[in-house]
Amino acid sequence: MTQAKQPIIQIRNVSKRFGKVTAVDNISLDILAGEFFVLLGPSGCGKTTLLRMIAGFEMPTEGQIIIDGQDMSLVPPNKRPVNMVFQSYAVFPHMNVTDNVGYGLRISGVSKGEIRDRVAEALELVKLGGFEDRMPDQMSGGQRQRVALARSLVMRPKVLLLDEPLSALDAKLRAQMQFELADLQDKVGITFVTVTHDQDEALSMASRVAVINKGEVAQLAPPADLYEYPANRFVADFVGSVNIFEGKLTLDEPDKAAVDCPGLGKIYLNHGVTGPHGADVWVALRPEKIYLHVPGEGKAVRAAAQDAPDGHNLARGTIKGMSYLGDITLYEIQLEGGQMIRVSRPNLSRHDQEDFTWDDKVSMHWRADSPVVLLS
Amino acid sequence: MFNRTPIAPLEYTRKLWMRSWVGLTMLFLYAPLILLMIFSFNDSKRNVVWKGFTLKYYEKALNNDSLVEALVNSLTIAALATNVSLVIGALAAVALWRFQFPFKGLVEGTMSLPIIVPEICLGVAFLIFFAKVDWPTDLPWPLNLSAITIAHITFCFPFVAMVVRARLASFNKEEEEAAKDLGATEWQAFRDVLLPHIRPALVAGALLAFTLSLDDFVITFFTSGPDTITFPVKVYSMVRFSVTPEVNAASTILILLTVILTFIALKLQGVKGIAETH
Repeated sequence: MTQAKQPIIQIRNVSKRFGKVTAVDNISLDILAGEFFVLLGPSGCGKTTLLRMIAGFEMPTEGQIIIDGQDMSLVPPNKRPVNMVFQSYAVFPHMNVTDNVGYGLRISGVSKGEIRDRVAEALELVKLGGFEDRMPDQMSGGQRQRVALARSLVMRPKVLLLDEPLSALDAKLRAQMQFELADLQDKVGITFVTVTHDQDEALSMASRVAVINKGEVAQLAPPADLYEYPANRFVADFVGSVNIFEGKLTLDEPDKAAVDCPGLGKIYLNHGVTGPHGADVWVALRPEKIYLHVPGEGKAVRAAAQDAPDGHNLARGTIKGMSYLGDITLYEIQLEGGQMIRVSRPNLSRHDQEDFTWDDKVSMHWRADSPVVLLS
Repeated sequence: MFNRTPIAPLEYTRKLWMRSWVGLTMLFLYAPLILLMIFSFNDSKRNVVWKGFTLKYYEKALNNDSLVEALVNSLTIAALATNVSLVIGALAAVALWRFQFPFKGLVEGTMSLPIIVPEICLGVAFLIFFAKVDWPTDLPWPLNLSAITIAHITFCFPFVAMVVRARLASFNKEEEEAAKDLGATEWQAFRDVLLPHIRPALVAGALLAFTLSLDDFVITFFTSGPDTITFPVKVYSMVRFSVTPEVNAASTILILLTVILTFIALKLQGVKGIAETH
């Protein structure tokens, strides 16, 4: 990835209202040159509207979009230095691959020889060499998507916009395209802005992710931060799987903190959280960060005591449900207080899933750096 | 008995009752036409008993100046009405599909009115209208066909609009956006993306308009003058004297003409479709 950290797109207090519905609510963010930026959010959160405003298909009700230092307010889509890969791919059905990819160059009056060279180069880039004369209806969904990609890349845009690029592909192909897109972005050095509702897609491809909720940015961070340090309950819950418990902050010092959760127990953290003392907070605990122990208590207590005071970061419960997913096994455990908690356990050996079963009494512990305290 | 594969439950085309039903339907549809064609070769003044083969009625029909003139009139009107209907109909369809405007529902309803209103009413309406506005009737050919042509456009273009609108419903608007995204202007996007999509509907609409115009009798009857006889009106007046094989011959020529035109139109569209792949 290039080190150029100039903002290529500046979104300034942009709002978009359709009648009474506010799709985008006063969003401001910078997208840096050369980065793989992902807009992540549930359907209807306004992420696609934001993308379409960058492309020029929707006009902001308020605010300003600046691309490469130029205010885009009055610039129509055909004059913007961005290109878009549509969710339906929108490959022209009556043109073959060469004509599809060369369309943009043809109407902007580029010479025939240059069109030929650039189309060939673009097709090579998306690994569609040999498909020049194919018609779109003779190609698979994945191949049509590559045509759409090449058709945009051949224009050498400053920014490539992708609307749900992988949603129509099957799981295997999606995983492969995630890598290929990231690889492609690395190769061409163009800024990618992608919209998706799929958190796996966002985490695997993005250099930075903006999580959008109800038209606002819930958090803007690199993927690992988003997962490990979610800013609020929405992000914690939307990105990955999580257990959330309500509690009160009882101790908050620079190097340690404690939360008393009635549903879960006493929680100890080996870092401060800078929240008001005695405040209502939420504790988020990822399922994979919880260790399961057979009853008998001793092991769990000893493990927890390694980095937390006595009686902290411990819980007991009964397994109420389990699902074997191959690589991991997922357990639904009812805590002694009655609340449910989700725990996942990697199947490191072939028989690991046999260690626990329905109605087993189990103990749990987690490390002092695992819980996240959320203030909102 | 025979080593035949048994007929599967859904293999209707191999069932006798289905085949005979299809055959009967075909017979019902085409027997009158085929009879008409056969009797155009009948060597008899009265067109009831087969007397022998002859081509003389074709000769007679083609030498009948007023019949040929009527045929030329009909074809001219049909060609003009088709072209104008195609433009107006397609534009109306695109406008109704693309834009939101006040009274859109009303416009849509009014537009399909010529399809619903009984032809006889339209005919009378045109008769009164052209009389009231004092439409000139003594113009030189082909301007003297203007009244009929206008009347034909009125009932032809809603059909074109209807067919084109149906086709537009299946258009993926993202394709048009993609064209603009790649730098196309409004017009270029229309020409390169929307127009190719609706082309089959334009061909179908043109065929529909052409045949509707060519064989229209009722409305034409009310709007034609003594110098502007069309083929159907002429045939009607011939039949009033006697049904001679000459009428059959003329009709056969017309049928052949429409079949050939339809064939050419479909072929043209197919050739274009193939040409686009290269």
